[in-house]
Amino acid sequence: MNYSVIKSSGYILVHTPDMVLQNGTTQTVERLSNPESEYLKAVNNHLRSYDEVVSYAPNQVYIGNVTPAELGEIEKPWFKNNLEKATRQGKFGEIMPQDEFIAMIKMEDVFDLVKLDKEFVKEVMPKLEANTIISENKIKNLGEGVEYNEIKELVDVQHSEPIFNDSKLVGCVKRAHDVDVNLNAHVMLENLVVKASGVIAFENLIKKNNINVEDIDYVIECSEEACGDMNQRGGGNFAKAIAESVGAINSTGSDVRGFCAGPIHAFIYAASLVKAGTYDNVVVVAGGATAKLGMNGKDHVKKEMPILEDTLGGFAFLISKNDGISPIIRTDLTGRHTVGTGSSPQAVIGSLIMDPIEKAGLTINDIDKYSVEMQNPDITKPAGAGDVPEANYKMIAAMGVKTKQIERKDMMNFIKVHGMPGWAPTQGHIPSGVPYLGFAKDDMTTGDVNRAMIVGKGSLFLGRMTNLFDGASVILERNPGKVEEEKIDKDEVNKLIANALRNFGMQMLED
Amino acid sequence: MDLENQNRVKDLTEKHGAENIVVLFGASEAETAGLAAETVTNGDPTFAGSLAGVQLGLTTYHAIDEEFKASVDADVFEDQVGMMEMVLELDAIQEEMKMIRTNFCKFL
Repeated sequence: MNYSVIKSSGYILVHTPDMVLQNGTTQTVERLSNPESEYLKAVNNHLRSYDEVVSYAPNQVYIGNVTPAELGEIEKPWFKNNLEKATRQGKFGEIMPQDEFIAMIKMEDVFDLVKLDKEFVKEVMPKLEANTIISENKIKNLGEGVEYNEIKELVDVQHSEPIFNDSKLVGCVKRAHDVDVNLNAHVMLENLVVKASGVIAFENLIKKNNINVEDIDYVIECSEEACGDMNQRGGGNFAKAIAESVGAINSTGSDVRGFCAGPIHAFIYAASLVKAGTYDNVVVVAGGATAKLGMNGKDHVKKEMPILEDTLGGFAFLISKNDGISPIIRTDLTGRHTVGTGSSPQAVIGSLIMDPIEKAGLTINDIDKYSVEMQNPDITKPAGAGDVPEANYKMIAAMGVKTKQIERKDMMNFIKVHGMPGWAPTQGHIPSGVPYLGFAKDDMTTGDVNRAMIVGKGSLFLGRMTNLFDGASVILERNPGKVEEEKIDKDEVNKLIANALRNFGMQMLED
Repeated sequence: MDLENQNRVKDLTEKHGAENIVVLFGASEAETAGLAAETVTNGDPTFAGSLAGVQLGLTTYHAIDEEFKASVDADVFEDQVGMMEMVLELDAIQEEMKMIRTNFCKFL
């Protein structure tokens, strides 16, 4: 069987300290309910500088400069052990600073909703011109900016959403409609952030891997926002908007949603579309979530640590026809949390982990690496949510004990060998299984990993339509190196023709 | 604890009476389980939800508490919770829940 492959990956982060305070829901809710709170006063003192964010080891893993194994060797908490040598650019992507990103939001705005201060535009321009992923045409879209007073009035009088940089008002997003709540300034900012961060991830994917963007046939976007108006709130779609922006002129696309499970669904769709021959090259892309910035900020401040949820995340993957080299995606070995699965942890692990393994005739030991919800424990542990990947690995190991595939005494060793430390920011869909795909390509071509499983889960109940949650998984394998051609079997053809003639004859007799 | 869940607990308590309610938790961390249990006994410690300053004193257990385990069918427990007994830090969770029950539960 000729499977599709995970060809290339792009991963980006955007440092957005002002958006933590202005747009993260933990902070915006606090401002509404308790505007004089001590927490809000403390937020600015707990924000990291851009250099600190770049030097933060989990962020360097996310963009591909440090491996998960190397991260595991660094003493926790990682925010106390920043790397001495760290760079903005990584093998998979980059960490963009806030000022450039604000300009990107304007460049991705095709309805003239974003207004930026003239002075700010002047200051950021040299940085934009030096950025290789931003084309001259896009810089032209930026324009010269407007006077500060115009922005102030738009914010104070006309319900625009302010944009701050270094605590200074440098721009705003206007509402796109007078009364439509789905096009108000708040929603437009969130959606433009998804689009802009998705574009940065896509550009890094194609530029760092020498991909001809015109070869891409289809784009699937899988973040957690929805774009639409009051008549179709989630009408869509980010995918085509991002494809247009990056010049993927031969592609169309659509959005896939499933809370944090969105990416694994999108990944399986993309792999299946390519395997079916519907398309040759499919990109799965996602932008970041403004609302989740500083989500656990209260706990971080209480524990006198930096607010670590200060970056937006983004990713893009190219799934292509079998090249005989890249890891194959075993679309015949998937796990699904079905409606009937049940919600107990062992039912979940059974459906997502054990089902595809049993179908393949393997044991849990035969999967070299499990990529689960790869949340960074530096962020989640102080907030009382524990070490999420480790908890998942413990569950897989415990299931292994229950099914007699490993001894109980070997659980911790299993976790060490088959697990990885979490490195992804808690942006919902961003950590959900897919952060490993970049490393998977290396580990399964030049490294010693032969099989990996990508697992994603999503909290559907947050949408109040069902009490269920969701999950899916798929196995990746080292490419055996043989690309099977479509063979025409002469005997099979003869049999088909004979059957057709027989049926035709029978039909004639009946008539 | 989620604000909506606080409302649900409060409404159910008003409807059925606090002495008739048992709240069962499944949180994976002792601290998280403790905070949730504190919310339905001594009131919301974050003062964000409808249980802020409301001391319901409800009876609370975690799914891995011995008292709960002894009160349900052993096969069902093994099927639904058995695996998690190997995963969770039982002592820390049980100690935290016991502390909440001792200090704040009114119906034991």
